[in-house]
Amino acid sequence: MNLFRNVVFIAAIAGLVAGVVLACMQAFATDPLILQAEVYEKAGAGHQHDHAAAPAENAAGTSAASSTAPAANTMSMAPAAATAPEHEDEGWEPADGFERHAYSAVFNVATGIGFALILVAVSEFAGGIGNWRQGVFWGLAGFAVFTLAPGLGLQPELPAMPAADLLPRQIWWTATAAATAIGLALIAFRRSLPLVILAVALIIAPHIVGAPQPESFETPIPEGLHHQFVVAVTVTNLVFWLVLGAVVGVVRGRFTGTATSLRDSFA
Amino acid sequence: MTTASVSLGASVSSQSRFMQLALAALLGTFIIGFVGFSHIDAVHNAGHDNRHSMAFPCH
Repeated sequence: MNLFRNVVFIAAIAGLVAGVVLACMQAFATDPLILQAEVYEKAGAGHQHDHAAAPAENAAGTSAASSTAPAANTMSMAPAAATAPEHEDEGWEPADGFERHAYSAVFNVATGIGFALILVAVSEFAGGIGNWRQGVFWGLAGFAVFTLAPGLGLQPELPAMPAADLLPRQIWWTATAAATAIGLALIAFRRSLPLVILAVALIIAPHIVGAPQPESFETPIPEGLHHQFVVAVTVTNLVFWLVLGAVVGVVRGRFTGTATSLRDSFA
Repeated sequence: MTTASVSLGASVSSQSRFMQLALAALLGTFIIGFVGFSHIDAVHNAGHDNRHSMAFPCH
């Protein structure tokens, strides 16, 4: 299990570095926007996350619903969407301030290590990330797979924003990331035209299916605040992925010492 | 049948190599699943800001 151990070691270092960078960026860029949104959330009708269409028509797929959701989803669970938010009864949560930031930071590092494990393992199949420059390109791919593609259908959302039922969204998110990853891999590592066409089809397919959308987009969150948040999330994730890829490249290079594959070009 | 190769400084057979890399990817997927997709309230609340900021589906 030497290889496994080495992968975990590299991923842990890269994930830690990128996670700390991410935590710092979030503390300044996205967290303040989330706190602002929570002011609207608490001001709005009695703490409902998914408040928009809750009491309104349960009648699934009415014409009203389909007109408000242009990319009307074809997933079957949609009708249950706005009825019951998962967690009206919130349970334990960290106190605002230091505790909240501390938990966020821990989760950021965990996210970093998780994505790093996937990145290192997948890139080893393709010969490994040889240096920081290759890492930057791998990071761009990770950004496209895990931020851009899912974010097209499911925009980064603030608290108090309406959204479809959680599970269908998670399924769509995961499937979109997987399809985009396979598509990009086909484009990058296969040289035949039919496979590239298949790759493009794979990448756009989730968006033709369409992400699960809420029945109503009504929200107390100002459009400007949300737009700011979308930009902040996208940019912070881009930097996170670039750092993650680059650090993997650097650590892997030092770690192996010798260039072990064709892709290692220590120029 | 010498399919052994050096990968990341470790000499492994191609089958073992596949298994180990797959295992690492699986572990990563599991971590992301727990951090970003778990339905347990306490986990959700602790990672709330992170989930929103990573644009994981939330709430």
